[in-house]
Amino acid sequence: MSVRRVMGTEIEYGVSVPGQPGANPMVTSSQVVNAYGARPELTRGGRARWDYEEESPLRDARGFSYSGALYDPAEALADEDLGLANVILTNGARLYVDHAHPEYSTPEVTNPRDAVLWDKAGERVMAEASRRAATIPGAHPIHLYKNNTDNKGASYGAHENYLMRRSTPFADIVMHLTPFFVTRQIVCGAGRVGIGQDGNTPGFQISQRADFFEVEVGLETTLKRPIINTRDEPHADADKYRRLHVIIGDANLSEISTYLKVGTTSLVLSMIEEKALPGDLGIADPVSELKAVSHDPSLKHLVRMRDGRRLTALDIQWAFYERARAFAEARRGEDETEEMTFDVLDRWESILDRLGRDPGLCADELDWVAKLRLLDGYRERESLGWASHKLQLVDLQYSDVRLEKGLYHRLVARGSMKTLFGEDEVRRAMVEPPGDTRAYFRGRCLAQYASEVVAASWDSVIFDVGRESLVRVPMMEPERGTRKHVGALFDRCASAKDLLEAITSG
Amino acid sequence: MATREPGGQSQSGRSRREEDIDQAPAPEANAEVTERHEKLSEDVDDLLDEIDSVLEENAEEFVRGYVQKGGE
Ligand SMILES: Nc1ncnc2c1ncn2[C@@H]1O[C@H](COP(=O)(O)OP(=O)(O)OP(=O)(O)O)[C@@H](O)[C@H]1O
Ligand SMILES: [Mg+2]
Repeated sequence: MSVRRVMGTEIEYGVSVPGQPGANPMVTSSQVVNAYGARPELTRGGRARWDYEEESPLRDARGFSYSGALYDPAEALADEDLGLANVILTNGARLYVDHAHPEYSTPEVTNPRDAVLWDKAGERVMAEASRRAATIPGAHPIHLYKNNTDNKGASYGAHENYLMRRSTPFADIVMHLTPFFVTRQIVCGAGRVGIGQDGNTPGFQISQRADFFEVEVGLETTLKRPIINTRDEPHADADKYRRLHVIIGDANLSEISTYLKVGTTSLVLSMIEEKALPGDLGIADPVSELKAVSHDPSLKHLVRMRDGRRLTALDIQWAFYERARAFAEARRGEDETEEMTFDVLDRWESILDRLGRDPGLCADELDWVAKLRLLDGYRERESLGWASHKLQLVDLQYSDVRLEKGLYHRLVARGSMKTLFGEDEVRRAMVEPPGDTRAYFRGRCLAQYASEVVAASWDSVIFDVGRESLVRVPMMEPERGTRKHVGALFDRCASAKDLLEAITSG
Repeated sequence: MATREPGGQSQSGRSRREEDIDQAPAPEANAEVTERHEKLSEDVDDLLDEIDSVLEENAEEFVRGYVQKGGE
């Protein structure tokens, strides 16, 4: 029982060019990504370079698997044909265009704190990318928002990814996670002005995403969005692992919201894997309760359970909390990340306690409460109704990634919002990878041997070291290729050629 | 449908809090709530003034112009 787990977040940012309604969002998104990636060391590799046969997989001395799927140049070319920008950063993250949005996917991390740090680094990457894009002569300024809806019917995602044991039955995941996901929004919702997909009904709701979910379980992510997504693409050894792709979350600005979102989810996953949950929290109609919970910031709504009980979202969160606490207490001493596990539990308890007394007490920690405090302030001072454009602007601009413009960032700057990390740590995470996953290997390759790296993905790095064919290093184990495993090797090898020789002669 | 576990965990979560309320010296708890609430709300005016100074101009046009394509 632990919050420790391989995980990562992906955020699609809202993108707009004020005053240019005709701007093509794919083009604008590409401009953003390219502006950040427009450093020679990150963009090397032309089309011709992909036309090589795969070299025999490397013998592995340091934990790289021999048997990754063969590198398929045709597949890589198909992606490139779409002309969409896609770069890998020295911190191990992926920065690319997904549909009509720029997206930042964090490097794989092993715990909630690191997830917050590299997720936050992504915000700064986006801010820097749009700043650079604006310096191109003739360019219009491009604004980026870490939110999930335009309030006109469109939603875009903020996904979480968790490594799980393949042996855990998917039905167990569905049974326990569904009530957890329907109710965790009271902790990690980002807040939204407007009810309904198009936001046309005036009002405030807890979550950005709730109104866009239509089914309980499914593979889709763009239509008929499911509470539990069944995508099964582990980017790792599929016999051992599943990557649980969670699409129901809101994009959070608050570090504490993100921390509790991934921390509490991680704890629940741990209990599911250990079969520690009794399964008595089934909700009768999860899809409509998801919306009902979101639409009630007073937290009084009673959710109808399958067994006929009626519980508030807070009751259900308390139930998960109590079980997680008891489970963790019973296993003290077994968890190498114990301090963080109990930190998540303590903060979770404190938040639930305050939400139960008066949600306003969480205004300096949780996004939806912080946003609501601003909105209520304006409503009172300027007698505004929920349909007011000013309130909608506050909702939108809360998520502006620019430090000088984003309302969340203004709250932090004046000490009205608590954070977990200092700005220097966030800046460092923009360029440095986490040390304890394969992202370390990926990131250091990019930082050190950029001219020899042709491509990289979650589970491989492909080099051109002047041989007849490209060399692909598969990384099917997310916790290999760490600083501990390969740090010294990187310190020693001046070129990728040296590195590959060192690995093969291992 | 009857609950198989009358003393189920969710109940205990709730009753635990009720106990807290019963047992804890109520005035103290209330004082804490009030104090914290005051601290959080006393500067709302300053806060709004500051936010006003960075809010985009012409809220209506700005909000209208924010149109996205779906994603994911
Ligand atoms: N084996 C793994 N287990 C858990 N998380 C992983 C694993 N491998 C990669 N990740 C994380 O999963 C995310 C993958 O991001 P990516 O944007 O490529 O997502 P995707 O779900 O494959 O694609 P899409 O954006 O098209 O939905 C990253 O945050 C990464 O850190
Ligand atoms: Mg993605």
